[in-house]
Amino acid sequence: MRIAVIGGGIVGSLIARELTRYESAVLLFEKEADIGWGVTKANSAIVHGGLHETPGTERARLCVEGNRLYEELSRDLDVPFKRVGAYVVALSHKELPLLQELYEQGLRNGVPGLEMHDRGTILTREPNLNPNAVAGLWSPSVGITEPWSLAIAAVENGMENGLALHVAEEVTSIEVADGRVQGIVTGEGEYELDAVVNAAGLFADRVAEMAGLLEPVLLPCRGEYLLLDKKVGNFISSALFPTPNKLSKGILVVPTIDGGILLGPTAQDLNREEKEANETTRHGVQEAIEGARRLVPQLDLSFVVKTFAGLRPETTDKKFVIGRTSIIGFFQAAGIRSPGLTAAPSIARFLVRDVIVGDLNLTGKRSFTSTHHKIRKILDLPVEERDRLIEADSRYGRIICQCNHVTEGEIVRAIHRGARNLDGVKFRTCAGFGRCQGGSCTDKILLILARELEISPDEVTLRGGDSTILGGKVRT
Amino acid sequence: MREKVVDVLVVGGGAAGMAAAASAGAQTLLLECDAEVGGVLNQCIHTGFGLHRYREELTGPEFGHRLLGELERSRAEVISGCTVIDIEHHGPVVHAVGPEGRLRIRPKALVWATGAGERPFGSLMTPGPRPAGIFTAGLAQRFVNIHGFLPGKRALILGSGDIGLIMARRLHLEGMEVAAVVEVQPFPGGLTRNVVQCLEDYNIPLLLCHGITEVHGRDRLTGVTIAQVDKSRLPIAGSERHFAVDTLILSIGLIPENELILPFTPIDPVNRGPRVNSLMQTEVPWLFAAGNNVVIFDLVDTVAAVGEMAGASAALYARGELPQERLTRLVRGENVLHLVPSSLVAESPTVLYLRVSRPINAAMVHVGDVISRKQSVVRPSEMIEIHIPQDALRELVKKDEVHVKVTEG
Ligand SMILES: Cc1cc2nc3c(=O)[nH]c(=O)nc-3n(C[C@H](O)[C@H](O)[C@H](O)COP(=O)(O)OP(=O)(O)OC[C@H]3O[C@@H](n4cnc5c(N)ncnc54)[C@H](O)[C@@H]3O)c2cc1C
Repeated sequence: MRIAVIGGGIVGSLIARELTRYESAVLLFEKEADIGWGVTKANSAIVHGGLHETPGTERARLCVEGNRLYEELSRDLDVPFKRVGAYVVALSHKELPLLQELYEQGLRNGVPGLEMHDRGTILTREPNLNPNAVAGLWSPSVGITEPWSLAIAAVENGMENGLALHVAEEVTSIEVADGRVQGIVTGEGEYELDAVVNAAGLFADRVAEMAGLLEPVLLPCRGEYLLLDKKVGNFISSALFPTPNKLSKGILVVPTIDGGILLGPTAQDLNREEKEANETTRHGVQEAIEGARRLVPQLDLSFVVKTFAGLRPETTDKKFVIGRTSIIGFFQAAGIRSPGLTAAPSIARFLVRDVIVGDLNLTGKRSFTSTHHKIRKILDLPVEERDRLIEADSRYGRIICQCNHVTEGEIVRAIHRGARNLDGVKFRTCAGFGRCQGGSCTDKILLILARELEISPDEVTLRGGDSTILGGKVRT
Repeated sequence: MREKVVDVLVVGGGAAGMAAAASAGAQTLLLECDAEVGGVLNQCIHTGFGLHRYREELTGPEFGHRLLGELERSRAEVISGCTVIDIEHHGPVVHAVGPEGRLRIRPKALVWATGAGERPFGSLMTPGPRPAGIFTAGLAQRFVNIHGFLPGKRALILGSGDIGLIMARRLHLEGMEVAAVVEVQPFPGGLTRNVVQCLEDYNIPLLLCHGITEVHGRDRLTGVTIAQVDKSRLPIAGSERHFAVDTLILSIGLIPENELILPFTPIDPVNRGPRVNSLMQTEVPWLFAAGNNVVIFDLVDTVAAVGEMAGASAALYARGELPQERLTRLVRGENVLHLVPSSLVAESPTVLYLRVSRPINAAMVHVGDVISRKQSVVRPSEMIEIHIPQDALRELVKKDEVHVKVTEG
């Protein structure tokens, strides 16, 4: 069996990895220059508990189950995951009935550990919270992660189990004959296939169209964020939510894995064509600031190191579209909006184990390795291990990114594992992700990329395509 | 892992650190994270350095070379390519990592001289996508002067600090087109001589009271929109102008680098560096500081002088010879933004470094009621140095508190 997964986001990556548990040839196609650069790159990075979801829906089930799977998955794939817990905060007595509703909804969804906390408790635990807060719904199973790291680790683990990765290779058409998938065409060539899994994120409707399907229709909804550097210190300890509105979960204040704070997202509906409109706007950033300050009034914006936007792939009825289609061999995991990051492990498991395996008659492999070691930050290693690494390769002692203490050794390893440009190195190692945002290390990383890839420095790009960094040589 | 016990450890091998280590002398170790010492001097190949210290006009690397000579003669040890990653302030014990492995140092005194980093583009919260082609000025300078590559073809420069001005000239001379230098304040951020020599001499326009409102381009930058700003620096609707450029260079400020000492060292929130007395001793007795991590200085000559003071004081402290004295607090008064030091010590040669928050013609600088000095013009872009004579110092240190202010003359 030859199976292609289209889309190297969190969903496609985990599906591809899951498929490598079975006897089959699995190919993963990603149009961007690296894994996890679509919706997976720009979101709140929260592993939700599930109290926001309507009881009885597929989304609620997959979210709660996904949350449960994160513990083991993050351990197996060596990816950071912290159960920091979350508060949904009522800022006035008027909001208390809504909080109670969420509590009951959470209970019905099977969200573990929910508790109602009074003002005294929440302000003791979150002293920087708005002092007008009247109560908080505590959801201890809520966690934070690094979405792109999970996607990369899933793909790397998949590759250890035989997955063939095709990055910077866009699928442009799907061949269907007699109601059955025959293959695909990409910018690089044609592939004969038995099955295709559409996990193309925001573009999953275009991929469905390639197979002749008119559903789903995906509409982008922009969410803008501000990121505060870890210098801000322990200002909050859990994820803070307002009571939700009809459109979204509202503007949050969330700790990030590396100690910073994320403010956002806004929610702005865009036209179907605006799938690359991930620019920030004056209005959006302002709205994110105001929303965040309602929860945490004393936020110091001098710690902002970047603003960015993500696009939610929204279906009109807000449902995930997961499963087989009218075309034999064409499967979908589309319309994976929030809480898609949370649900991704359970989506992958459900789609592969409960649908694809049966339809394609796949048999399990004996030799699947489920654990993987990601590029560990060398300074997080125990000192003895660090000493051994440096002794074996002195590049592990040469710190390139002074903010996040990333060494040349880690950067070289990231390049050898597939980073092809500055963003590739940044998302795989955190080099250039700190308070100076690459101001002091971009040139060093660029030169290492050029050396390792055996290209000229002026051919190195920021993120593939035409995003070259340099303009040419200084005349001598 | 290697262990070292030293009298003085200097962290950072830029101008401040080199001068500090040179004046602290034997039994001193200097750690530099880059492959070579010199810091930003290495990338500043233009002239204008050393007029005060060496009475000569030198390039950055030449100035660095002189300091290196002084450093070598001092017999201080230098280890480069080695980054300090942690400081245990009880002890103190300093942990560093380099290609030779881990290094643990127990110094009697430490001079913190890590300089400053450039404020990143992201902190401006500029609307738009995030294309390639946006550089901080120092990064662009390294690409051009050290690595031999141009950042693009047509540039707009945001911020008229000295590095921005110097880069405008450099890029112009290397054949790039420099569309304009854009400055949000009503006056230039850099030295007047740089405005003249870097912009006016080459007809590069300087647009004051303008800010950036949007960047354009998905892969590579294709343009930048700027607008005039009002008094509260908000863009004025209708005043937008578009520049088709593929390069945006930012000279929007330097941020003192104090990450590792922050947890245990009192900081002056305006200077954004540690509070120091006139011996460059912080409020942690064994910790001294010098250079742009204390406050952003204008001239490397000043930085080297401050470094020397810090190094000499640290060496005295390590030998138990630095007198524990009563301190006189210096307090910011009218029109004083940056002020170093935060307190005065009796008997030592004392210089005050201050920066005003708004320009005045015919100004008077007051240090308590002891010193009043006329100054024909004061500008935020030009740091004021007040050398305090010994007799005046004796008067000043009798008080608990001395106010420093700059008034209309
Ligand atoms: C603002 C915002 C906040 C969110 N917050 C959270 C949260 O806190 N918690 C949570 O659980 N979820 C959250 N989500 C949802 C979550 O981010 C998504 O559900 C999840 O990332 C979707 O992953 P994906 O793999 O389906 O999509 P993507 O990551 O977009 O992956 C699809 C990939 O397919 C590629 N592709 C598309 N077309 C082609 C083609 N023709 N050929 C080859 N490759 C192609 C794309 O380049 C892309 O990399 C949030 C989403 C947004 C936008």
